[in-house]
Amino acid sequence: MTAVVEETAPGTGHGSTAAERDHTPIVITLRIRRFNPETDAEPYWQDFKVEADPTERILTAMMKIKAEQDGSLTFRRSCAHGICGSDAMRINGRNRLACKTLVKDLDMAKPITVEAIKGLKLEKDLVVDMDPFMQAYKDVMPFLITSGNEPTRERLQSPEDRERFDDTTKCILCAACTTSCPVFWSDGQYFGPAAIVNAHRFIFDSRDEGAEERLEILNEKEGVWRCRTTFNCTEACPRGIEVTKAIQEVKRALIFRRV
Amino acid sequence: MQTHKYDTVIVGAGGAGMRAALESSKRSRTAVLTKLYPTRSHTGAAQGGMCAALANVEEDNWEWHTFDTVKGGDYLTDQDAAEIMCKEAIDAVLDLEKMGLPFSRTPEGRIDQRRFGGHTRDHGKAAVRRSCYAADRTGHMILQTLFQNCVKQNVEFYNEFYVLDLLLAEDEAGNKSTSGVVAYELATGEIHVFQAKSVIFATGGFGKVFKTTSNAHTLTGDGMGIAWRRGLPLEDMEFYQFHPTGLAGLGILLTEGARGEGGILRNADGERFMERYAPTIKDLAPRDIVARSMVLEVLEGRGAGPNKDYVYLDLTHLPAEQIEEKLPDITEFARTYLGVEPTTELVPVYPTAHYAMGGIPTNVEAEVLSDNTTVVPGLYAAGEVACVSVHGSNRLGTNSLLDINVFGRRAGIAAAEYATTHDFVELPEAPETTVVELIERLRDSSGTERVGAIRAEMQETMDANAGVYRTEETLKQALADIKGLQKRYLDVSIQDKGKRYNTDLLEAIELGFLLDLAEVLVVGAQNRKESRGGHAREDFQARDDENYMKHTMAYREVDAKGEHSIRLGYKPVVVTRYQPMERKY
Ligand SMILES: Cc1cc2nc3c(=O)[nH]c(=O)nc-3n(C[C@H](O)[C@H](O)[C@H](O)COP(=O)(O)OP(=O)(O)OC[C@H]3O[C@@H](n4cnc5c(N)ncnc54)[C@H](O)[C@@H]3O)c2cc1C
Ligand code: SF4
Ligand code: FES
Repeated sequence: MTAVVEETAPGTGHGSTAAERDHTPIVITLRIRRFNPETDAEPYWQDFKVEADPTERILTAMMKIKAEQDGSLTFRRSCAHGICGSDAMRINGRNRLACKTLVKDLDMAKPITVEAIKGLKLEKDLVVDMDPFMQAYKDVMPFLITSGNEPTRERLQSPEDRERFDDTTKCILCAACTTSCPVFWSDGQYFGPAAIVNAHRFIFDSRDEGAEERLEILNEKEGVWRCRTTFNCTEACPRGIEVTKAIQEVKRALIFRRV
Repeated sequence: MQTHKYDTVIVGAGGAGMRAALESSKRSRTAVLTKLYPTRSHTGAAQGGMCAALANVEEDNWEWHTFDTVKGGDYLTDQDAAEIMCKEAIDAVLDLEKMGLPFSRTPEGRIDQRRFGGHTRDHGKAAVRRSCYAADRTGHMILQTLFQNCVKQNVEFYNEFYVLDLLLAEDEAGNKSTSGVVAYELATGEIHVFQAKSVIFATGGFGKVFKTTSNAHTLTGDGMGIAWRRGLPLEDMEFYQFHPTGLAGLGILLTEGARGEGGILRNADGERFMERYAPTIKDLAPRDIVARSMVLEVLEGRGAGPNKDYVYLDLTHLPAEQIEEKLPDITEFARTYLGVEPTTELVPVYPTAHYAMGGIPTNVEAEVLSDNTTVVPGLYAAGEVACVSVHGSNRLGTNSLLDINVFGRRAGIAAAEYATTHDFVELPEAPETTVVELIERLRDSSGTERVGAIRAEMQETMDANAGVYRTEETLKQALADIKGLQKRYLDVSIQDKGKRYNTDLLEAIELGFLLDLAEVLVVGAQNRKESRGGHAREDFQARDDENYMKHTMAYREVDAKGEHSIRLGYKPVVVTRYQPMERKY
């Protein structure tokens, strides 16, 4: 332990990273795609200059704009650290959470573009209608299905069985994956990756007995076979879920049940 | 304007609201009104776990858990309530498992348990493994599981509906009873009146009165604010918990589970300073003690970093696999937001405003009280918005996820039972009036004050003057600042005058609630001339059981001229088995 102790003196070794990071504020430009259906016929781009610490979140910069420059700028946000799924946006052409994207991770010299996620109806500025997305989620029966009498204590599940679906339990329903999927853009009826991820979470849970039913739903025309494995979803997922892999596993489950 | 009629209306779809909905919707026609999509609620941010004496990994029982909860609350906990919670904890956890919650497992396949601050074996002998968890996203899994079961059960949600008023009828003798709520629909700007036989408030906390906080931007205390403006009391508002390990400068939380897994706090000299403050359980002492110790380290010059204003959380001695498996999310927070690699580097941490012990007073049936004993028929509250009081002056980690499940369930059952045995109370004439006036005043105002500026100043003064340590002087300053800000708030205007998704308007309304609650917190803190749990006075450092072992009850008084003031009363603590002792760990 002493080794660690000596290395922790301020400015040296352990723990110094944070202190050494550059906090000098700079002026960045956010180029935001605005739309207010009450007044605008079409969406348009508007530039805002705002002072930001490079280690700051894009969400923070947007909140500063709302507080100091234009109160009508509209977006959803809550937790501000990537766990509630409120603020998926298209930032510099890629779906991300504004609260998990730091200014320094983007090209600060150029305007940073911010627009609503695609494929869901645009309601205002960065707000889209989430209901169709939530409906697709509900359609895959995202809940534990069991039969027989409930045990008095907990159901047993080995750590290995628990691990089997760990990845897909992380989903925060932010829609970054589904709204980055070209199949979903061209066909809004497609369940989309997020719904399949949540079906996966139950299909591979050793306690669940509803796999058959769920697989039947996903086997339909707008189901898992529409996926063309473009990997956009996996790249977009702010929770690091291997979305494409989960979809592949569901496809495999379907084939093996069939054959 | 639209009018709706339900047996039971639940306000809020976090853990408490949805747990209540699962019960009430089985028994009565229920609507859940929530300003966020249910899965966006801040219950999803909870990391470390939910305690229950399952004794899956070592000997434990609910009586030990009760004792810890009472002692952890520095003897302001109502002991009958704590006993109910700790007894029902076991079923609460098992119910969640049966609903599908993917708990982390022991090698035998049982629900795994880990250590947490203040939870001990046999009345303080040593730390005990009591917290049931799902990696470090227990709250996320609880929120998801409850929502999934609401989907299964077809619970009716009104998403992005902001409840802004509570409708209470009053008879000649001044007795109140519940007739419904008034909500504002974000998408359209339309006002909705919900008539209901019973109403449950489950709107969560108000961490946004502070600047450095683990709370979401949406935790603005609306439920407490609404009740307050309707003349209902608030209990123990001066007790606000500061969690020791917020990411320095940001406030984002790193769970106590990190210390439960073996993490250690160190000052700039690398010293494990908690050994000095809590020799027996060290880094796993309750939060109030750890937070104060950290602040003292910094005040005495042993803080780390260029400004010597934080300490370190050290996980580097833990195996990297254990960190990845048990604490994946918080490791990522440290990497993303501070650029620190927790497996090899020390993480800068400092206390962050975290949890409201106080709130709307209820009894153990979750019925809201209009004074020390009088129940408001048809009105219930559960979760962080409520004060039962199971947490006393300092909540133990993992006891809130427990609270929302136990008392959420109780509220759901009680509210539905009430609704099925009572008639609707007539709505007042023009029930929407208060809300319409509130909205129109803000929308039509041409004042020069801005929401953002007032909010920032409120948060600054609360951090500086009503934080971990308080004195008469700092509290006086805070109160003067808040009063000034309340005046300026009257002159606030908004830029968005539209109807659709007007978040500008709602932020202004939320700020109004925060300013009300900040004042109640500070007035309560000023009045309590002792140090107990989450309330530490530098000028009154000892606990004073003789004068202050009682709950604060704050009432809003309005005089003939319409000026408001705060009147403070007290409520006795319920003591059953445990007589107050000095609190040592
Ligand atoms: C980062 C973090 C980590 C935590 N970790 C733990 C832990 O490990 N263990 C533990 O026991 N506790 C933990 N806690 C505490 C615990 O998570 C919370 O106290 C608890 O989840 C609160 O639940 P709730 O249902 O009362 O409120 P919330 O989950 O906050 O839900 C509030 C609900 O009310 C709704 N609402 C609010 N205002 C209105 C309005 N005006 N109209 C309509 N709806 C409204 C919101 O939409 C939301 O649905 C943690 C807290 C934080 C912040
Ligand atoms: S899978 Fe990932 S990207 Fe898709 S909704 Fe879930 S968290 Fe968001
Ligand atoms: S605000 Fe919650 S995920 Fe970004």
